[in-house]
This record gives sequence, structure tokens and C-alpha cells, in this order.
Amino acid sequence: MTQNPNLNLWLIPLLPLAGAALNGLFGARFPKRMVTAIAWIFPGLAFLQALWITSKFSGLGLPYIESHGAWVQISSFTVDFGFYLDQLSLVMLLVVTGVGFLIHIYSAGYMWEEGGYYRFFAYLNLFMFFMLMLILANNYLLMFVGWEGVGLASYLLIGFYFLKHSASQAGKKAFIVNRIGDFAFLLGMFLLIKTFGAASGTEVNPVGAVNVLDFTHIFSSIAGHPEMFAIGTAGSLTLTIIAFCMMFGATGKSAQIPLYTWLPDAMEGPTPVSALIHAATMVTAGIYMVARSSIIFDHAPAAQAAVAVIGAVTAIFAASIGITQFDIKRVLAYSTVSQLGYMFMACGVAAYSAAIFHLMTHAFFKALLFLSAGAVIHSLHHEQDMRNMGGLRKKLPITFAVMLVGTIAIAGIPPFAGFFSKDEILWKAYSSPHGHWALWLIGIITALMTSFYMFRMLFMTFLGERREAAHGHEEDGHGHDHHEIHESPWVMLAPLVILAALSIVGGWYWKPAVFSGENKFDAFLSPVFEHKAEPAAHMPAGGAPQTGAVESHDETALAVPSHAAPNGAGEHGNEELEHQLAYLSVAIALMGLGLAYLLYVRRPELPARIAESLGGSYKAVYNKYYVDEAYQAAVVDPIVDGSTDVLWKGMDVGVIDGAVNGAGTSAKFLSDRLRRMQSGNIRSYAVWVALGAAAVLAYMIYMGVQ
Amino acid sequence: MNPTTNEIQSIAILPELILSVAGIVVMLADPFLGAKSNRRPLGYLALAGTVAALFATAMQRSSPGASYFRVIQVDDFSVFFHFVIIAITAVVTLSSLDYLEQQRIRAGEYYALLLFGTVGMCLMTSARELLMLFIALEISSIATYVLAGFRLRSAASAESSLKYFLLGSFATAFFLYGVALIYGATGTTNIPAIAAKLAEGSTTGLTVMALALMIVGMAFKISAAPFHVWTPDVYEGAPIPVVALMSTGPKAAAFALMLRVLFGAFGSLNEWWMPLIWVAAVLSMTLGNIGALMQNNVKRMLAYSSIAHAGYVLVAFAAQKEAGVSAAIFYTATYAAMNVGAFAVASYQAGEGERYVSIDDFAGLGRRSPVLATTLTIFMLSLIGIPLTGGFFAKFYVFKAALASDMIWLTVIGVANSAIAAYYYLRLIVVMYMKEGDESTPLLPVPVSVATGLLVAAGLTLYLGILPESTLDFAIKGARQLLLIH
Amino acid sequence: MTDNQLLPYLPVLLQLLVAAGIGAGMVALSAIIGHRKYSRVKMQAYECGMTPTGDAQHRFSVKFYLVAMLFILFDVEAIFLIPWAVVYKDLLRKFGWFGFWEMIIYIGIVLVGLIYIWKKGVIDWNVDDAKESASGSD
Repeated sequence: MTQNPNLNLWLIPLLPLAGAALNGLFGARFPKRMVTAIAWIFPGLAFLQALWITSKFSGLGLPYIESHGAWVQISSFTVDFGFYLDQLSLVMLLVVTGVGFLIHIYSAGYMWEEGGYYRFFAYLNLFMFFMLMLILANNYLLMFVGWEGVGLASYLLIGFYFLKHSASQAGKKAFIVNRIGDFAFLLGMFLLIKTFGAASGTEVNPVGAVNVLDFTHIFSSIAGHPEMFAIGTAGSLTLTIIAFCMMFGATGKSAQIPLYTWLPDAMEGPTPVSALIHAATMVTAGIYMVARSSIIFDHAPAAQAAVAVIGAVTAIFAASIGITQFDIKRVLAYSTVSQLGYMFMACGVAAYSAAIFHLMTHAFFKALLFLSAGAVIHSLHHEQDMRNMGGLRKKLPITFAVMLVGTIAIAGIPPFAGFFSKDEILWKAYSSPHGHWALWLIGIITALMTSFYMFRMLFMTFLGERREAAHGHEEDGHGHDHHEIHESPWVMLAPLVILAALSIVGGWYWKPAVFSGENKFDAFLSPVFEHKAEPAAHMPAGGAPQTGAVESHDETALAVPSHAAPNGAGEHGNEELEHQLAYLSVAIALMGLGLAYLLYVRRPELPARIAESLGGSYKAVYNKYYVDEAYQAAVVDPIVDGSTDVLWKGMDVGVIDGAVNGAGTSAKFLSDRLRRMQSGNIRSYAVWVALGAAAVLAYMIYMGVQ
Repeated sequence: MNPTTNEIQSIAILPELILSVAGIVVMLADPFLGAKSNRRPLGYLALAGTVAALFATAMQRSSPGASYFRVIQVDDFSVFFHFVIIAITAVVTLSSLDYLEQQRIRAGEYYALLLFGTVGMCLMTSARELLMLFIALEISSIATYVLAGFRLRSAASAESSLKYFLLGSFATAFFLYGVALIYGATGTTNIPAIAAKLAEGSTTGLTVMALALMIVGMAFKISAAPFHVWTPDVYEGAPIPVVALMSTGPKAAAFALMLRVLFGAFGSLNEWWMPLIWVAAVLSMTLGNIGALMQNNVKRMLAYSSIAHAGYVLVAFAAQKEAGVSAAIFYTATYAAMNVGAFAVASYQAGEGERYVSIDDFAGLGRRSPVLATTLTIFMLSLIGIPLTGGFFAKFYVFKAALASDMIWLTVIGVANSAIAAYYYLRLIVVMYMKEGDESTPLLPVPVSVATGLLVAAGLTLYLGILPESTLDFAIKGARQLLLIH
Repeated sequence: MTDNQLLPYLPVLLQLLVAAGIGAGMVALSAIIGHRKYSRVKMQAYECGMTPTGDAQHRFSVKFYLVAMLFILFDVEAIFLIPWAVVYKDLLRKFGWFGFWEMIIYIGIVLVGLIYIWKKGVIDWNVDDAKESASGSD
């Protein structure tokens, strides 16, 4: 790969870091315009560089690897400070820098009036740095640095309105839930080291490679030893455990069951943050990680199936909650969880390119939806309850237009972007050898729900009558609310329009094979995921599409016996079926639209009646199935109680309270303390030590007897 | 064994000599200063002593080997720990300068005791003779017993000192008893000689009992569960800079001692002590982390946290071999940097009479003093184990080593524990930045000495996280020499 | 532990038993055959043959304890000189002046300690001072 030009990939993450450093250290003293300029220029430059790389991309030998020397080096274990670029990271790079840049522009308008303006942009740029590290890393350790870093930045940004108690609590919750996922990722990484860090000369490591966490090393080790990792062998079992660990890590970052609870709470953060981190970029890190590790998942069918099931269940579960929510941002949050479920499901059926495609289109339309929701909230002076909205179409025509685009896109109505990607996932869920009709069924029901609740949101917000007076929630803004509602400034609208355009055309690049005969996106990404058919997939593929799939009959075929088919002849006969399913999903989407129109525009009194007639089950859904409460009762409380009752009350209070109360006072207290101390505590401590010693001695005697 | 004059190489104890002389000078100078005069110059003198000792340690690298009748061993292992311990003392001295003035403690002996304690700790890392180790242990312990009681007007401080003294003597007695038994069993107290004896002969009841008693004594010193009960009380009462020292310096030294004793003397008996270390590691991590969850006093919280961190180091012990030993060494250094830093912030924030030590008192620190808040955030993130801080790499190597030795459950428990631990460290960050401070807790601008100490600690914490390589290399060399010599 | 290992310690055990036996036996014998006659003087607390003043719960100046501690310290230091003196010729032969200077340094440190406590006023028996430090420490 020496013929590759120097792309200076290292600059891409470092540019936003420089912006973060400048604004973070000196921002307090800069004028606001200067802060804005810094915050725009650095991510903007990163985006330009990404575009420049794209222009050179076809001439690159892939994967393009750029190493900047060893970061950590100990005898048989080295981690490079290196970057890795292939089709997958290019797509992610463009999405993150592009959408990220637009959101930076928007934020300047949204946050202009807020305190801590410079701090906000410092955090936002910091987030960009970690996110870019995550997607450009050439090994799992560096990826983990980005992985933890985005969690940290997200924590800072969620808690940005730190005077709000709920915001700081939400930030903490997000961080800790993510830590639980990270714990699994870390375990997976240790297992990778153990598995692929075998001593030089052994089978997995014949040349004694020391970069054991490098993607190339791991992927080529697996691809190069099909017999070792064939399904059913011990090697495959190891990979399955690793894949389960990674999957659990991904459920944390990508807000899947069981670790999704932090994402809806994360909506406490400023809306641009929700758009950037909790919709477009960070939450897709889990999907990216699974896709990046696709070769591991391909050799771990159990984990793969689990990914598919988790994705499907999360999709429908979150969608059902979304139907009942009234907070506009929470609706979008649950919709995000649900859409991430789709992507997870796609990964689970080995349709990685479909997952990444949906990731991309979702980044467009979900960022759009969040930002336009932000524009609505901004116009209404931080009103987020949809029951207090309505009739905003005339006041906010542009916002309405772009939000309509976003809604159509997410609902899956052609020719908008969401249709192509969602339909591809549904088709793969049905047709892939790893798929199942039940997954498809869940997917299509979710699609119905999605369409319904998204149009519900749109109608409640923009159509009908303004309801704010009836509820009288906003006491201070009562009289002059109507006069103050105005369209957002152009600095906010421009990114919306661009994102709307992308939400429309973003899917056309794909053009599913059935409709146009050319599956460009899949062809573009396939070299990354074609490892099972081609042991040397990590070798330069030259960006040429469809290089795989040809040699599907060599010895690796037995690793994934059923997988050679998807792009092959078997699919051809299914063309008819694919057409039918596509029409069905369009019909379903329109049905959701119609239902929402009926319930929220024509007969607005109906929903309340329906909710009433459903009674308890509605309440359960409205309260998000009480999952938070269940976690509180099952996990948090026992730990806290254990800590409080056993350690705190049992061991501490008697001892400490006296000390705390008595500290720093007169001699009388000292004598009192000393008396109390000698009458119990210190002796009990000595007893602890003595008991411990007795236990150690007893153990030694026991060992001696044995 | 025919000792000759070339056994006496003063370079082998040069750092200790410098520290002792500095300590004696400080001690002697103190009574000659007026009762009301400022003790700050004595602090600077002590600081100069530590800096000189650091240079002396650097010089030691070029003359390794055993000397003083095979009592002192200079190698990368001892040099590494000398650096760590003396640097800890330097930072503690820096944060003590203003602390003592704040608390109106006018006693130059404080600095003298710091230096004497450091001498003991340093010797603990370079002695390879059990009697010398014991004496070194006592030198460091007695100094810290006295230091713990230095808040003369505080009942809690006196309580802390007395408890530490009584329980500490109790535990050292175990260690000494173990030394006596091993002498009875092998006829020597020289560690390599013991190792040689144990390697050739069969294991007797006497050696095993000696091992058990010494483990008890050492586990107490590193506050590993179930010998940790004293830690929260003692840490809560003692002056904060002293806690900074106690939780890092003597601990680092005790880890060094433990490495030398377990891997040096009892290396051939590892299947005997390994399960004990395993259990102690699990107990320490779990009890430490759960105990820390509900603490409202920062000192107590950090006390429990130090118990948990001792558990992580013990995981490395259990991992064995070069990887485990080097991970333990590296962890000790990292822990020292971040913990001394955290306590340095706490000691300045505490105010007169250590009034502001509850977690709520840190509210709004982000606004009142960005320097303190930023550095404390770095230390907390490092204690959590976030990448790009030393804490992450330290944990990473520990668990990597544990897994390489097939200690899967220990790794799982350890990593799970480090996930739980995020909660209580994060709480402090949340409070600092996300709660409004009480107006009645004002803060002066950070003085130069405190700022210097903090910058050193924060710089090292980040350095160990971003460029861990050279330090790690050093630790590996130390581990290799420790395992080879014996 | 097996008997074999403990065998060399048997004489120690015997010694212990004999010592304990003699001690216990003497107390027991005097209790059994002793002659008891209580008088006022006999029941008084023993105070070095002086007539007792006050009761046993009397508070002593902290100086007493300090002096006792210092006495022990310097006592032990003096004892430390004896083994050194015994092997001094050997030391001189093997290491030249090393042993000599070691002891000079040692005595120097002891001297520094003495100067320190002197300057601190520990051995200054000024009455006011004693009162002050006694009241300061309770």
C-alpha cells in the first residue's frame, strides 16, 4: 500500500480537538462571534478534508492504513496510534463530519441566547474529536478511546443545563448505563487479546504479529484460519463469547434493550445535542462497531441471532412507547431507539450494508427532525409538550415543510430516503439466510407504528388549532405568545433545508436492485463485508464493487455454509416477492399516515377515548412499561440499600457519627470519644483483623491437610 | 559470603541519606525558630530534600546491584518505587505548605516526619532482608502514626492517630511473627536465601504459617479486605495531606514489600498464597466500591476507593508472572499520581478546621475555582478509568494480565467493579459543575505551591494515559529484575 | 505442623512450664501458708515508702511520661553501644574506619535528638511550663 498518497487522516480528528481546546481554554474571553467562527471552522475543515478524501477514494488501495508509530509497546503487545480507512469508515466519516458540521451551524442560532456559549461549542467539538477517533481507529483499543470519549462528551452535553436537576441526573444516568455497556466491550477486547495475541509461531499468529488489536490482524487471522473458527469449533465458541460481549457493549451505546433507558432521558440536553449525539452519530457507534466486527459476528451465529432479535424487539417496543408520548423530543427519542433497532436487526441478519445505509439516511432525517423540533421549541420558548402546540403550520411554514419531509422519510414513503433503506432492511430480514419471517413481521408492524406516531407528532404540532390557551400551562407567556411565534433565523433554517434535501435524495443512490437493477451502495460497501467468501478481504480491493461473491466455493464456505446465496441466483426468483413486500410496506406507511390523520385531525377527541378504553395497558405503555422503575427496584435499590444498610449503617454509623459530631470540639468530647472508642470500635476492628488472620491460618491448615 | 569493603556503596542508600539529613536539619531547625514564626521555609527545605533525593535516585540507575552485606538491593524495581514515593512526598509537601497555614499548625516536625517516613518507605522497596524490611516498615509506620494526629485541635485526628497506631502495631506484630517463623524454618532472613531454601526443600508447616502471618501483616498495610476496617476511620480523622501520603506512599511501599516477599521469598509457594490473594482482591474491590457508594464525606469516599484500588492491584498479583508484576507496579504509580492529586484538591478546598469535606461542599467548585475543579475532574476520570488517563491504562494492563493467566472470573468481577465505581466518582464531578455552590464557602485563588503540586499530579496522570510507554517499559524491567534475582 | 518440627522447641516449652510453675507455686504457697494481719498502714497504697498523699487517681504531669520515654530511648541507645564495642576490633580489621564513623554518625543523631528535646523544653522543669503542657493535653 505504499503507492497510496498521504491522506493525513490524523488531521481529521485533531481539527475539532484544536477547536475544542481553543474554545475551552480561551472561549470565556473571546467575543461570541469569534467563538462561533472557531466552532464552525474546525469541523468545517474536517468535513472538507473528508470530501477531499472522497474525491481521491477510487484511486486508493484499501484499506488505507496510516500509522503514527507505536502508542503502547510492551514485549509481545503493541498498539499503534493508527488510522484505518475503508468504504465503511468513509461513509461514517462523511456522515459524522457532514451532519456534524450542519448541526454546528444550527447550534449557533439555537444556543445564541444561552449562557456558557463557548463551553457548549468546546464540548461539541470535543465530541467530534472522539467520534472521529472512534470511526477512524485502526484497532480496538483506539476505538475504545473514542468510544469512552463520546460517552464522556455526551455526558457533559446532556448535563449542559446543569442547573436543572433532571439534566444532571440524566447525564449521570447516560454515563453510567454506558459504562455498563463499556464493561462488556472491554471484556470482549481482553478476550480478543487473549485469542489473537497468541505467541508467535502458533497457528493464529504464525509471523508473531504484535499488533494484536489491529483490525487487519484480527480479521486476517479469522479469515486465514477457516478451519479453526468454523462454526461448532472451540474457535467459533470463543468468537461467540467475544461477539456477545461486543453486542452488549453496543446495546449500551446504541440504546438497545436492555440498556436503552438512558436515551430518552438524554433529551434533557440542548436539542442540537440530541440531534448530533443522540440521533445522528454517537448512538450509531454500536452499529458501526458490530458492522466493523462483522467477520466475528459471521462466525458467531448465536450472537448474530441475538443481535437480530434484540434489534427487532427494541424496534417494536420503543415504537409502541413512542405512540403514547406527548413530549415532542421524547417521541423522537423513542423513534430513534426504534430505528436503531432496525439497524441492529439488519446487522443480525448479516445485512450490514443495509444497516449502514439506514444509518446514513437515518442520520439525515433524524437530525432534520430533531433540529426542526428544536426550531419549534425555540419558537415557542422551550415548550415541548405537543398538547400545548398545534396550528403552527402558518406561523412556521418552512419548519413545517422540512419537518414534513423528515416525517415522510422516516415513515418510509417513496421516493424519500427512509423508504429505500428501511425496505432493504425488511427485505433482508425476510430473505437473508439468517433472517426469518417473524423478524419481517415485527419490522412491518413497527413500520406501521412509526408512520402513525410520526404523523401524529406532525399533526399535533402543526395542524389543528393552537391549544396552548386551553391548557394554560405557560402562565408567564400567556398573553403575548401568539405574537412571539416566529420562524427561526436563517442560520438555523439553512441546515434544515440542506438536511431536508438529503432526506429526499439520500436514498436514491441505493436504488434497490429490483427497481433499477443496480445496487450501488451495497456494491460499494460489500468489499468490507465479503470476508467469508474471500480470505484475503483485507487486501487492497481497489474499491471495485462486487469483487467478492465469486469464490464462494472455497474452503471458507463451510464456515458460513448458507451465506453464499444472497446476491446469487436464489434471489432472482424472489424478485417478484420483493416487489410485493415493497408495495406492502408502502401501503402500511400510508395506512399509518391515514390513521394518524383520522385520529388527530379529523376526530381529535378519539385518542383520549381510546386511551381510556384501553385503561391499564395504555397506562403501562405511557409509563414506558415501567422499565425504569423495574431497574430501580431490581438493580439500583438493592445496591444502594446494601451499601446503606450493611456497610453504612452496620459498620459506619455507630463509629463515625460520633466522630463527625464530636470533631473539633472541646476536650470533653475527646474523653467521650476515647471512652466510646475503647469500649467498642477499635476492639471490634482488632477482632476483624484477628478473624481475618484466623481465616488465613485456617485456610493454610486446610491446604496443608489436603 | 565474604563481605568486603566494596559492599559499602553509599550510592545504594543515597536518596535515603539525603532525606534523612534533610529531615534532621528540619527537625533541628524547628525549635530554633520562634514559636510564632512561619514554618514555610522548613517546608521549602523539605522540598529541596525530596528534589535532591529524586536526582540521587536517578543516579542510582547506573549502579545497580546488592550492597551493604546483601541487605540493600538497587535495581529498576527499587528505583521505580523510589521515584514514585519521593515524588509523592514532594507533592504532599507542596500541598502541605498552605494547608498547615490554613489550619494554623506551626510545627516544623511535620516536614521532618514526612521525610523520615519517606526514608522508611524507600527502604521498604530496596531492602532484601526481612529484618531490614521490618525496620523500614516501622520507620514509615511510626512517622505516619504521628502525622495522623497532627490536627492538634481535632478529636477525630487524635482518634485517627490512636486507632492507626494500635491496629497498625497489631498487624505489624503478625508480620514480625511471620519473620520469626520463617527464620525458624529456613535459618535465614535474607530473601533470596529463603527462596533458595524453599525451592530445594519441601514445604513445612512452619513456612506456611510464616507465609500466612506475613500476608496478614502486609494485607493490613495495603488495606486489603478483610484487613481494611481501619482505613475509613483513620483517613477521615487525619489531616488531608497526610491522608494523601498514607493512601499512596506507604501503600506503594507496602506493595513493593509484598511483591518482594511473595514473588521473591515465597515464589515457589505460589499455589499456596494465590487463592488467598484472589479472595482478598475480590473482597477488596467489592467492599471498597460498595462502601464508597453512599459516602458523603470525600475523605471517607476516597478511603473506600483506596480499598477498591488495592483490590485491583491484587488482581495483578494474582495474575502472576512478568505481566502481572509489571501491571501491579504500573498501577501503583498511576494510583499514586491520581490519588495524591485528588487529596491535594480536597486539602485546599477543606478550609480552616477541615470544615468543607462533604461532597456537597464541592458544589459549585467549577465556578469558584476552575483550576481545582478541572484538575479534580482529571483525577476522578482517571480513578474511574476513562481512556487517555493513567487510570485506564493501569486497569487495562491489570485485567489484560489477569486474563492472560486465565483468571476469567477475577477479570469479570474486576471489570464489573470498575463499572460500578464510576457512580461515586462521577457524583463529585456532577456536584462540582452541576450544583450551585453555597455562598458561605468562599475560595481564595489557588496559591502557587498548590497549583504546582496539582499540575505535576495532573500532568503525570495524563502523561501515563497518553504516553504510558516509557513508564511501562520501566515497570516491566523492574518486574523482570525482581523475578530474576530471586 | 508435625511433631518433628516442634521437637527442638521442647526445652523451651519445658522452661516455660517450669517458670510458670515456680511463679504460680510461690503465689499459691504464700496464699495457703501465709499469715495475714491487716492494719491501716498495710492497706495503704504503696508509694516508695513515703506516706501517701491523695488517692491513686491523682493526675501526674505529662512530664513524667515524657521523661520516662526519653529515659528508655537513651537507655536503649547506650545499650546499642555495647555490642558495637565488643566487635569493634573485628570491624576495624575488616572495614577500616567504616565502623568507627558509623558509630560517630549514630551518636551524632542521638545528640541531635538531645538538642531537639532540650530546645523544645521537654527537660525543662519550669513549673509554669509543666502546668501549661499538662493542661494542654487533657
